[in-house]
Amino acid sequence: MNSIETKLNKARTGKITPIKQDSEEKAIISVRDLNLFYGEKQALFSVSMDIQEKEVTALIGPSGCGKSTFLRTLNRMNDLIDSVQINGDIVIDNENIYQTNDVIKLRTKVGMVFQKANLFPMSIYDNVAYGPRMQGLKNKKELDKIVEESLRGAAIWDEVKDRLKTSALGLSGGQQQRICIARAIAMKPEIILMDEPTSALDPISTLKVEELIEKMKKDFTIVIVTHNMQQAARISDKTAFFLNGEVIEYEQTDKIFSMPNDQRTEDYITGRFG
Amino acid sequence: MRTLKDNILRGFLWFAAFLTVAILVTIVGYIFMKGYRLINFDFIFGDYSPTGHGGIWPMIITTIYTIIISLIIATPIGIFAAVYLQEYAKQGRLVRMIRFATESLTGIPSIIYGLFGAVFFVTTLKLGMSIISASLTLTIIVLPVIIRTTEESLKTVPNTYREGSLALGTTKLQTLYKVILPSAMPGILSGIILSIGRIVGESAAIFLTAGTVAAMPEGIFSSARTLTVHSFLVTQESGDIELASAVGIVLIVIILVLNLLATFISKKLNKANY
Ligand SMILES: Nc1ncnc2c1ncn2[C@@H]1O[C@H](COP(=O)(O)OP(=O)(O)OP(=O)(O)O)[C@@H](O)[C@H]1O
Ligand SMILES: [Mg+2]
Repeated sequence: MNSIETKLNKARTGKITPIKQDSEEKAIISVRDLNLFYGEKQALFSVSMDIQEKEVTALIGPSGCGKSTFLRTLNRMNDLIDSVQINGDIVIDNENIYQTNDVIKLRTKVGMVFQKANLFPMSIYDNVAYGPRMQGLKNKKELDKIVEESLRGAAIWDEVKDRLKTSALGLSGGQQQRICIARAIAMKPEIILMDEPTSALDPISTLKVEELIEKMKKDFTIVIVTHNMQQAARISDKTAFFLNGEVIEYEQTDKIFSMPNDQRTEDYITGRFG
Repeated sequence: MRTLKDNILRGFLWFAAFLTVAILVTIVGYIFMKGYRLINFDFIFGDYSPTGHGGIWPMIITTIYTIIISLIIATPIGIFAAVYLQEYAKQGRLVRMIRFATESLTGIPSIIYGLFGAVFFVTTLKLGMSIISASLTLTIIVLPVIIRTTEESLKTVPNTYREGSLALGTTKLQTLYKVILPSAMPGILSGIILSIGRIVGESAAIFLTAGTVAAMPEGIFSSARTLTVHSFLVTQESGDIELASAVGIVLIVIILVLNLLATFISKKLNKANY
């Protein structure tokens, strides 16, 4: 990377930005010409996108434009729906994820946090230890360590350390969502997908989760769907604007929010539709 | 106006609830008043004698045999079938047909099952009039009940649990055992309780397949008489309402104890989740 340009970029945006939009070496996720159909109905149209390692990428766009659908192609959660047909390539870590059969391995590498906290009816500890245990980890000491690290990583250790053995469903919505994040972290994934993780939370819990995401990005690559423009602007490095199943614009977040290329992006960001 | 309507409705609801409880109390009370004088140690634990008031221990044992054998066969088959239909099978025409068939089977009068059992188990399979013939017939009777209730309770397990678990890189089987079945357990158990009721309450089908021998069964291949059949025969032969009522009391107590046991086990199983 050219250091002068880097410095310039840094001066301009306060961040180091890659010079070339799609510099293949650094992209941890590369999507090429992805089309997705629900039965006859096409939901994604020729989506191509490179997602950089250890960055936060935000997906924005009006309701029903395919953000969740796209996000769920990245860990193949769409496989659960019988009618889904996919063509195109998604390469994660140099592996085409739709050409391997090891969905399990993919999902341990690509974690997911859902819109509504979906903790299991178990204790806090068992929820966080669930993933590692299912991978065959039995050693109590190691599990203890993973649970503590994950809860610390999700900035909720201090709030729950005295009640690890009580039901996770007794926590507040915001706390539950952070435990969900801890549960994802416990798998030590490289990538974490989040589908509107704060849309069901109050402003203070939202702020906590946002702070957490900002902190997490030094260890994880994060792809987040959000309806909240401020949130996208605050926490993401890059933003992709979806409309009717297409990516209209994919750019540095600062750029997209200050001078978008496409009129439709501008209209959406300024709240003229959607 | 509103409050008037509200009060009328409330009054009606209260009346319906009262009526239900009143009928139940009347029936149980009536049977208890009629029969309690006969209940003593010898009556319950004594052997039966055709002359005069013998004990009913052989019938109690026979009843318990039929409950245990039919549940041991019907419960696993029923749960597997329901899990297959609900979690694995592609929801197409075949599944709809199977579902329709199970639903219809629940409504068939038990005498039909009895006739089938008498022909198939007793004669064709040469099992004779025996506890095993009756238990197999009862298995067929309660199987649809267990399948239906298990399916219903699997439906109530939120899809977010399945997604949450699978997104953590678990297999479908792990998700089933660790998350779905434990959450569905209360419903499955209520299906089993219903089945116990069906088994204990059955007379016609048992009469035709196990016979009426009023002696301690030597094993599951002996012909024998359950409590319900006994109560029916006593009333029919001698019109001894007092004796029939005493048997009724024992039946009610057995059902109560089994239900409490099932609830207790369900609580224990739920605890194991935490
Ligand atoms: N299981 C499904 N079967 C059929 N069509 C679906 C299914 N899930 C989503 N769709 C359709 O695909 C399109 C994209 O949906 P998607 O959920 O990805 O939108 P979204 O951008 O996440 O919207 P929102 O902001 O409301 O969450 C919509 O038109 C939706 O109706
Ligand atoms: Mg969505």
